[in-house]
Amino acid sequence: MTVKQKDASIPTLPLGAQISRWIGRNLIRIYMVFAFTYLFIPVAYTFAFSFNDSGKSNLIWKGFTFDNWMNPCGAPEVCSALGNSIKIGLLATIFSTILGTMIAFAIGRYAFKGRSASNLLIFLPMATPEIVLGASLLSLFLVFQISPGFWPTVLAHVVFCVSFVVVTVKARIASLDPRLEQAAMDLYANEFQTFRRVTLPLVAPGIAAAALLAFSLSFDDFIITNFNSGTVTTFPKFVYVSAARGIPAQANVIGSAMFFLALALVIVGQVVSRKRKVS
Amino acid sequence: MKKISTPYLLLIPGFAFLFIFFILPIANLAQTSTQTPLLNGDTGQYEQTFRFANYIDAFIENREQFSRSFIYAIIATLIALLISYPLAYALAFKAGKYKNILLVLVVAPFFTSFLLRTVAWKQILGEEGFVVPSLRTIGVISESTTLTSTSFAVVMGMTYNFLPFMTLPLYASIDRIDPRTLEASGDLYANGFTTFRKVTLPLSMPGVVAGTLLTFIPAAGDYVNAQILGSPNTKMLGNVIESRYFKIVDYPTAAALSFTLMAAILILVTIYIRKAGTEELV
Repeated sequence: MTVKQKDASIPTLPLGAQISRWIGRNLIRIYMVFAFTYLFIPVAYTFAFSFNDSGKSNLIWKGFTFDNWMNPCGAPEVCSALGNSIKIGLLATIFSTILGTMIAFAIGRYAFKGRSASNLLIFLPMATPEIVLGASLLSLFLVFQISPGFWPTVLAHVVFCVSFVVVTVKARIASLDPRLEQAAMDLYANEFQTFRRVTLPLVAPGIAAAALLAFSLSFDDFIITNFNSGTVTTFPKFVYVSAARGIPAQANVIGSAMFFLALALVIVGQVVSRKRKVS
Repeated sequence: MKKISTPYLLLIPGFAFLFIFFILPIANLAQTSTQTPLLNGDTGQYEQTFRFANYIDAFIENREQFSRSFIYAIIATLIALLISYPLAYALAFKAGKYKNILLVLVVAPFFTSFLLRTVAWKQILGEEGFVVPSLRTIGVISESTTLTSTSFAVVMGMTYNFLPFMTLPLYASIDRIDPRTLEASGDLYANGFTTFRKVTLPLSMPGVVAGTLLTFIPAAGDYVNAQILGSPNTKMLGNVIESRYFKIVDYPTAAALSFTLMAAILILVTIYIRKAGTEELV
């Protein structure tokens, strides 16, 4: 009753007061609309200009076409750069996930001498600016007369991915209920069986998340790659180099496709994990 | 039951790798930073003379870019905090059943390449974009004012590009707050503002610290935004290091500048963590 009376009293207020009341009530929603608009402006722009019938320089809107999407490798070097980024990303992900997961288990599961020093060693690469990491690795490669290129780039990517893998997997290990492992042991599983049948499946989502993170970090990296890749061109490097004279619309196609692919992956992942929780 | 050697065996491969490809390069960089050009040598040939004055020379020569790096990074971090805090708060407390989907949407823009996003901003803020002409029409900026090639564009590019590093730790931290503590504060006659200042903000401090660090560190070392969105007058330390390496082949100066940058960041970060009073970083 009282609620209804309150509602009924609103129309009698002057318009200005009504508006300010509405704004006050919806402040958070209004803020969210602004924030998401801001977040999506460059994405929308990139997507829109992937349909631009632009020729070589994709700076001004010249007309709508599907050509760029039908022929994403149409611009020179775009697809070889993309291929390099994928190859480097996959290799860096595999190595950093293996090394990082082992470290995460050691730090997350055991109390040992030098544990805090180990934590520090993991934190340091994350606190080091990328340019310092990239420059220092290049100096080392130059000393050993290794010319920058594909493999030096893979190694450089592993360096900064490992720490992120450790942090992600460690968080998952820390959230495990130790009683589950105790229960397995009580049921006469030995240490290895417990690890394989209980611990590992429980930590697996964390490892998967870490691998995805490592891949996206590697795939999107520019600064460290620029220092260590020599003549090998990755996708970010391709965009950087062609930015001065306008990047081809095909780069927008690839960027947009990556966006939708990643979005689909994340949504599928969420749906799967929710279904698991329900069952 | 657990063997003592197990953790060490698990650590060996990873730490051996980090030793060779992280510790060793940094040590080598330290060594390079005190070298001087080889007499009668080619460009790019240096010998070890332990000339620590390299640091002073490098700093004096580039103090402008040095201070610019830190000022830009601090401003970008603060703006990112101002944008992200309400966003993370809304996601944690007000999004209801849309929480997960909105969280995905916050991260989604960063699935497109970092470089593409920056180039997109350059074109949006550029002369052919829609922002500059419309701002001119409504008279916010004059006919001769441009938005690209300014420090404004560089700072705004950095703010945008490093935003998820701020939003995600903040969200993680605010989401952990038990809403009943906020109710309790209200029951004890605190108004909204007092509740925020005395309850929400202190409880979310780990997120604020982690977020500001994760934003500040890459921002201070960045040179991509300054390169694409800026002009020669907005060059940061990263730009100098890059050009010393590739264009001038002056490795000692580049190394000295890298070390100065890293030391300055570490000192700032240490002071900040002490002041903010949390040791829990990640």
